[in-house]
Amino acid sequence: MYKILSKRLIAPKEYDIWVEAPRVARNGKAGQFVVLRTSEKGERIPLTVADYDREGGRIRIIFQVVGKTTMAMSRLDVGDSLHDVLGPLGNPSEIENLGTVLMVGGGVGIAALYPILKELKKAGNKVITILGGRTSELVILKEECAACSDELLVTTDDGSEGIRGVVTDAMQILAERGEKIARAWIIGPTIMMKFAALKAKELGIPCWVSLNPIMVDGTGMCGCCRVTVNDEIRFACVDGPEFDGWGVNWNEFMNRMGQYKDEEKISLEKFQSEVGE
Amino acid sequence: MAQKITPKKTPIAEQDPIVRGKNFDEVCLGYSLEEARLEAARCLQCKTAPCIGGCPVAINIPGFIKALADGDLPKAWEVLSDATALPAVCGRVCPQETQCEGVCTVGKIKGKEPVAIGKLERFVADWKAAQPEEPVTPPAQDKGKVAVIGSGPAGLTVAGDLAKMGYKVTVFEALHEPGGVLMYGIPEFRLPKEIVRREIGNIRKLGVDVEVNSVVGRTLSMEEIRSSFDAVFIGTGAGTPHFMRLPGTNLNGVFSASEYLTRINLMHAYQFPDYDTPTRKSKKVVVFGGGNVAMDAARSALRLGADEVTIVYRRSVEELPARIEEYHHAVEEGIVFNFLTNPVEYIGDEKGYLKAVRCIRMKLGEPDASGRRRPIPIEGSEFVIEADTAVEAIGQGSNKVLLNAFPELKLNRWGYIDADEKTGETNLPGVYAGGDIVTGAATVILAMGVGRDAARSIDAYIQGKKQA
Ligand SMILES: Cc1cc2nc3c(=O)[nH]c(=O)nc-3n(C[C@H](O)[C@H](O)[C@H](O)COP(=O)(O)OP(=O)(O)OC[C@H]3O[C@@H](n4cnc5c(N)ncnc54)[C@H](O)[C@@H]3O)c2cc1C
Ligand SMILES: Cc1cc2nc3c(=O)[nH]c(=O)nc-3n(C[C@H](O)[C@H](O)[C@H](O)COP(=O)(O)OP(=O)(O)OC[C@H]3O[C@@H](n4cnc5c(N)ncnc54)[C@H](O)[C@@H]3O)c2cc1C
Ligand code: SF4
Ligand code: SF4
Ligand code: FES
Repeated sequence: MYKILSKRLIAPKEYDIWVEAPRVARNGKAGQFVVLRTSEKGERIPLTVADYDREGGRIRIIFQVVGKTTMAMSRLDVGDSLHDVLGPLGNPSEIENLGTVLMVGGGVGIAALYPILKELKKAGNKVITILGGRTSELVILKEECAACSDELLVTTDDGSEGIRGVVTDAMQILAERGEKIARAWIIGPTIMMKFAALKAKELGIPCWVSLNPIMVDGTGMCGCCRVTVNDEIRFACVDGPEFDGWGVNWNEFMNRMGQYKDEEKISLEKFQSEVGE
Repeated sequence: MAQKITPKKTPIAEQDPIVRGKNFDEVCLGYSLEEARLEAARCLQCKTAPCIGGCPVAINIPGFIKALADGDLPKAWEVLSDATALPAVCGRVCPQETQCEGVCTVGKIKGKEPVAIGKLERFVADWKAAQPEEPVTPPAQDKGKVAVIGSGPAGLTVAGDLAKMGYKVTVFEALHEPGGVLMYGIPEFRLPKEIVRREIGNIRKLGVDVEVNSVVGRTLSMEEIRSSFDAVFIGTGAGTPHFMRLPGTNLNGVFSASEYLTRINLMHAYQFPDYDTPTRKSKKVVVFGGGNVAMDAARSALRLGADEVTIVYRRSVEELPARIEEYHHAVEEGIVFNFLTNPVEYIGDEKGYLKAVRCIRMKLGEPDASGRRRPIPIEGSEFVIEADTAVEAIGQGSNKVLLNAFPELKLNRWGYIDADEKTGETNLPGVYAGGDIVTGAATVILAMGVGRDAARSIDAYIQGKKQA
């Protein structure tokens, strides 16, 4: 079970894999995620399902190596298996024809944006997509997103591709052009989501952000993933992961993300010394 | 005859409080055979056996105790396993003082303690586990197919009983390991996980399939399940933590007991970094609540190396809902109790970490709906407890993942499944429910009791349908 069927390095430290998980593939929808473990002693980590192959019983996961578990995953080869895969979890995205939608993605968050964008296009929306990154090679899934977008803008901090700047600059360009946007989806690094959500609010565009707090069970049982949205405590794994971007308490969210920094470092260094990296 | 009985229970070996406060090994070491037989001899073999009525699964208590007193351990085991699938668990975690032992005739005699029924039950179960394994031939499984959702004590009991009756049973469990609260909630030092695994192993040997990583309502839908099984039992527990919703709840260092204990038990955070999941390294810990969950969280915090652990409970020691044995153990280990106190606010530092909790003193007023005297805050009595970690153990609600995906199922006004207490029947034919998801947070043995009853009604339902 949960065999890795293919594996590709798509950007520095970012891998694109397909995993055998027939039940997740059968029932999953855009916007949902899985919780997985790589080994018996491993941590449970959440990762978005970037694509479903219902007939083939496979799911696609795109992940970035940031710590112990993702590093362990990156060392698995085709034919190896994950220890556990639980899903699909979280609420599916609300897919309907809204008119024009704006899709804003950054970093590995583009992997989570892509399935939603694809469904929104299928539902008949005009899809305008902005993908941002520090430099050109970090902007992943450009072709796939372009294929499902009416327009695709790329922004890079260093100007190596597209607009030199950040995603909010591209949002400003669209606004100045008078684009009427019904709703935006913003998924990426926290700091990007925060500023893009503020920008959306300034422009009067309602937006969803997909929050990625630390989780344990992913089924609403522990409350580890709690976030404050519009002054209410919500559990990201069962009430989200998408929330009203205008209402997120970003400072609290960022604080909570850093809770285990020291332990994460210990864990990663122990692993690196064990595998000799 | 009564005068020959020793007034006290036969003493049982326990780890020294100072030593055990630093490890996660089991506190109670159990009886030797001699001690167990000595204790068994305290039983009067009452004709009326009130103890049986005090046990939610009606174990033939005098029966197994007699066999034990006679030294016939195989017989004692047989009597036990007739009535319960998890004797090693219940012998350890049942609130015996309010159940079997609470009505024991010996305990009613002035100055005498009841027979240590729970300790004897665990003795027999542990003896059995130490015997060489006998090959089990799983019973034929041709009477029908039943799905069980949730692998806590309720679900496991239904599964074991139906397998014995000749059904093919599949248990679906959301987490990566079966056992429910026995696995993720109750700590190793009270209920070693090896024992839970062993008892689940016994149920598997009866031919029960356990599918982990399966959240019903997400991984599989209720329609899929109902169309491929003759009947369904829902035992998804009361796993959703309540928060008091005080200011500062989302500060780093504030936990629900569910998260705190899940990290430690299911994820082995006490063995970090050998296991990957960490938990907070704490110096001063405050736990809110007075039940078993609060005791477990506090005693776990101590074992993780905290310098000071305080339990803050809004009523007095008399109202403490925890098992009395656990309260005593906690006191012995040096847990500080702050009764008649309630938190009002979490105070954080500039980086978003908890540094203190503002509390208020309470007094007891008139009895409330539950018959317990209602705690009322004393104005102007606020004070501050320094703490880097706070754990809320104030109760759990029903887990909504399945309920939200299955709106046809009727709920009661507290959000639990509306099911018949005796039969487990819900408003939908062929769908049964029991355990914490029906009663709200209760006990292991009550969950097993309804599991037992539900298994019987499921059998009757399926056979009835076949005859029709
Ligand atoms: C619903 C959801 C969907 C997600 N989808 C994806 C995805 O599709 N692809 C992907 O690469 N990642 C995704 N993440 C993030 C992923 O879960 C984390 O990167 C992972 O848990 C890190 O584990 P680790 O052991 O490798 O690193 P750790 O050692 O646990 O963490 C190392 C560092 O990574 C960061 N980190 C820790 N936890 C998270 C987190 N939950 N989210 C973001 N950063 C974190 C912190 O800065 C931390 O210091 C998602 C998270 C959530 C909650
Ligand atoms: C810390 C703690 C200490 C306790 N101490 C004691 C004690 O000393 N003595 C005592 O008698 N009782 C004690 N209890 C209470 C006792 O554990 C519970 O009453 C009992 O476990 C309830 O059993 P259950 O089968 O109803 O549910 P649970 O044990 O809660 O099991 C439910 C299972 O269902 C799974 N599940 C939930 N939703 C789904 C889904 N959609 N699909 C698939 N699976 C799902 C869950 O993951 C879980 O494994 C304690 C409880 C806690 C939390
Ligand atoms: S199962 Fe619990 S109540 Fe029944 S005899 Fe055993 S300890 Fe007592
Ligand atoms: S009530 Fe007590 S003394 Fe009487 S049979 Fe039961 S255990 Fe023995
Ligand atoms: S991760 Fe445990 S409740 Fe969301």
